[in-house]
Amino acid sequence: MIDLGPHAVFIVATYLGVALVILGLIVWTVWRARQVRGKLAALEAKGIRRRSEGAA
Amino acid sequence: MTDLASAPKPNWFSRLAHPGSFMAWSRPIIAPLAVLTALLFVVGLYLAFFRAPLETENVGTTLPILYMHVPNAWLSQFVYGLMFLAAFGTLVWRHPLADVAAKAAAPLGAGFTALALYTGSLWGRPTWGTFWEWDGRMTSTLILLFIYLGIIALWRAFEDQLKAARIVAIVTLVGGIDIPIIKFSVDWWNTLHQPASIVTATGPRMAGAIFLPLILMVLAFTLLFLTLHLSGMRTEILRRRVDSLGRQAAMRAAP
Repeated sequence: MIDLGPHAVFIVATYLGVALVILGLIVWTVWRARQVRGKLAALEAKGIRRRSEGAA
Repeated sequence: MTDLASAPKPNWFSRLAHPGSFMAWSRPIIAPLAVLTALLFVVGLYLAFFRAPLETENVGTTLPILYMHVPNAWLSQFVYGLMFLAAFGTLVWRHPLADVAAKAAAPLGAGFTALALYTGSLWGRPTWGTFWEWDGRMTSTLILLFIYLGIIALWRAFEDQLKAARIVAIVTLVGGIDIPIIKFSVDWWNTLHQPASIVTATGPRMAGAIFLPLILMVLAFTLLFLTLHLSGMRTEILRRRVDSLGRQAAMRAAP
């Protein structure tokens, strides 16, 4: 184990906090991307498409 | 009547920034960007903890905190700079991709700014003996966080996103006054926060062994932002597509 010195608790708290927020941002980004793709697929399944992709 | 053939050809930027072509070129680069980001994090952290010294005469054993603090502090301002440019795109060219870029950037900027404050206060306690002080740089960075939160709230306040984009753009330009204040705060009010040490006229003021992992971490965090931002922009474009298709379907269903 690396010796982080007398302020180890501050260093660990820094890395844990940053990891948590970054992970949150990544999960949130992926979740929103999936959600909107699902909605788009549901609309297309109903035959609703963009005009540029040809009328359903 | 205007002859289409003689109309000016769109330049490379207009072609790249067209939402349709943006969706096409951004799709294949997100995965490689994510891999490169992860790689940079691994190499940067390895160098920081296993190759570089874990303490310096200057900052003592709290050095590892700075590998997290500096990139987040950098991004808090870089993301705002991007939103500032996008605000011009919205107001001057009324470009839809500028609206989308600004909207996708705001929550990420708020996240990085919160982390800059969090890591800064965890560094301040062992080094300065306090988590918080109303020092020029800390106060102006806290104001930046409030500006980000205000901008996010404004985006949500309007149903009409074209209108929201113009109002947010004006607020973003006005809020931009905080960026030079953050930058020069360490020179104007010489209280706690140290002045510039990476970009100075005489070059970085630190040993190369520490400078390399620090720069790698800054790069890793910047690429992380770019990856999340591209993905967020794609999601926002698709969300607008869903909205307009929904309206189209509702109109068709109406008798």
